[in-house]
Amino acid sequence: MEQVKPIPQTETMVLNVGPQHPSTHGVLRVVVELDGEVMVSAEPDIGFLHRGIEKLCENRTYHKCLPLMNRVDYLAGEVNNFGFCLAVEKLLGIEVPKRAQYIRVIMAEFTRIASHIFWLGTHAHDLGAMTPLFYGFREREKIMDLCEMVSGGRMFPLYFRIGGLAADLPEGFVAKAMEFVREFPDKWKDYDNLLTKNEIWKERTIGVGVMTAEEALDWGWSGPMARGSGVDWDLRRDNPYSSYEDFDFEVPLGTKEGDTYSRYLVRMQEMLQANRILRQALEKLPEGDIKVDDPRVSLPPKEKVYTDIAALISHFKLIQEGIKPPAGEIYQAIEAPKGELGFYLVSDGTGQPFRVKIRAPSFVVLNALGKLSEGRLLADLIALIGTMDIVLADVDR
Amino acid sequence: MHVAVDLLKKQFPSEIVEVVEHRGDTTVVVKPGRIRDICRFLRDDETVSFKYLSMIAGLDYAPQSPRFAVAYNLYSHKNHDRLTLKVFLESDTAPAIDSVVPVWSTADWHEREAFDLMGIKFRGHPKLKRILMPDDWSGYPLRKEYPQRGH
Repeated sequence: MEQVKPIPQTETMVLNVGPQHPSTHGVLRVVVELDGEVMVSAEPDIGFLHRGIEKLCENRTYHKCLPLMNRVDYLAGEVNNFGFCLAVEKLLGIEVPKRAQYIRVIMAEFTRIASHIFWLGTHAHDLGAMTPLFYGFREREKIMDLCEMVSGGRMFPLYFRIGGLAADLPEGFVAKAMEFVREFPDKWKDYDNLLTKNEIWKERTIGVGVMTAEEALDWGWSGPMARGSGVDWDLRRDNPYSSYEDFDFEVPLGTKEGDTYSRYLVRMQEMLQANRILRQALEKLPEGDIKVDDPRVSLPPKEKVYTDIAALISHFKLIQEGIKPPAGEIYQAIEAPKGELGFYLVSDGTGQPFRVKIRAPSFVVLNALGKLSEGRLLADLIALIGTMDIVLADVDR
Repeated sequence: MHVAVDLLKKQFPSEIVEVVEHRGDTTVVVKPGRIRDICRFLRDDETVSFKYLSMIAGLDYAPQSPRFAVAYNLYSHKNHDRLTLKVFLESDTAPAIDSVVPVWSTADWHEREAFDLMGIKFRGHPKLKRILMPDDWSGYPLRKEYPQRGH
């Protein structure tokens, strides 16, 4: 008589997601261990976009680091330069003129809206809604046009300089920017109408990726990710830089659940708050210089370089040797669209930075993917990567 | 001077090496031996309340000795201020320090990055392996002797 075979034991299966996958927002590989359709563990494998920006900085002058910084988080290029310029200025102990500070805020907040729009479009698209992407890109295109207007670059404006800005705003910029600011709340309603009360959207996001406030801090979450969990913290309000204290804005917090839907609500409200800051900054934009009047930091005006020997020497020395901050180390953080973007700079007194450490928000947030995935369905992984608003260039640097 | 400096001096008098102020940032240089205790103390103390670790950075001061250092940047959501802890490591050939993952979970990837790019070992780390570079890579790119070109 044939023996009865024992019931086969169930085994977990290892599934490789990425590195090329439409929903990984870049080159991210996630090794997922599955029990049926439930994730037992998910481990991100990163580094595919590692360009060694921190190393590259050590061999060039501070100004030459700026194009590299643009490419850290390429969806918010100018914000990286904002943080880096502020960090070097802190190292130098200088403060840029008020007009430059306001223009920086204007560019940073436009970038914030553009970055959030990109997040919204791709996140919704991953979860099956295509229209928000098209609606969002309509507005993002206008912001790209504004970036192009100030510097010629769309994704990478490279408009900020250590000690100020490359040039003043072009004619007609304020009027065009104001037009955007006036129209945006109406356009925003389009996104809101599509998603906020959408049953499918709520089904996919509510209760997914829950993080309590304490856990969020323990995992180093910042920005909208932390606020989605109810951490009332915004560097623009709590450690103001570049005249953010002049503006009246609110820091939106999520629902008490701290889930994907809550983070969605936070980012949606943040777009409106950024718009509010933009309106104030454009209305109150002061007159004055756009860079510090210090020959050790700012390049002299071009006409002077041709006519004045002292200006020529100073131009030559700044290009060849660069800015030389006194020896010391500082940490400067700003509120980037994705969270706390920090720069830890160590200067040894020479024209090149001794050490540049970029504290990238995406890198820190992605660390918690494994924790959030445990026990969830595989389909939720897509929602989780989307809600983290990661840019792999920012993760890998 | 940051309020945490006095607390640390009282709690760990033999561990503090130096306190540096630069442009309003306070850096406390401590000995490597009790780094986990110091971090846990700073996290749990009610007055300073550094519940959040911003970043960990490895540093290479070659050809100086001690050569390697690790910097921790902490943030307090209660006081909205920062503190940098800096530790110079004893060994120049096999740099190692206790992991602070048990104190802050976010230290996980920061430490893996410092291990990957600077070759600093973190004792007690749950999964210390390369993170940005390929697993079979040899050498530590952020070390000063590592060439920028020619690899």
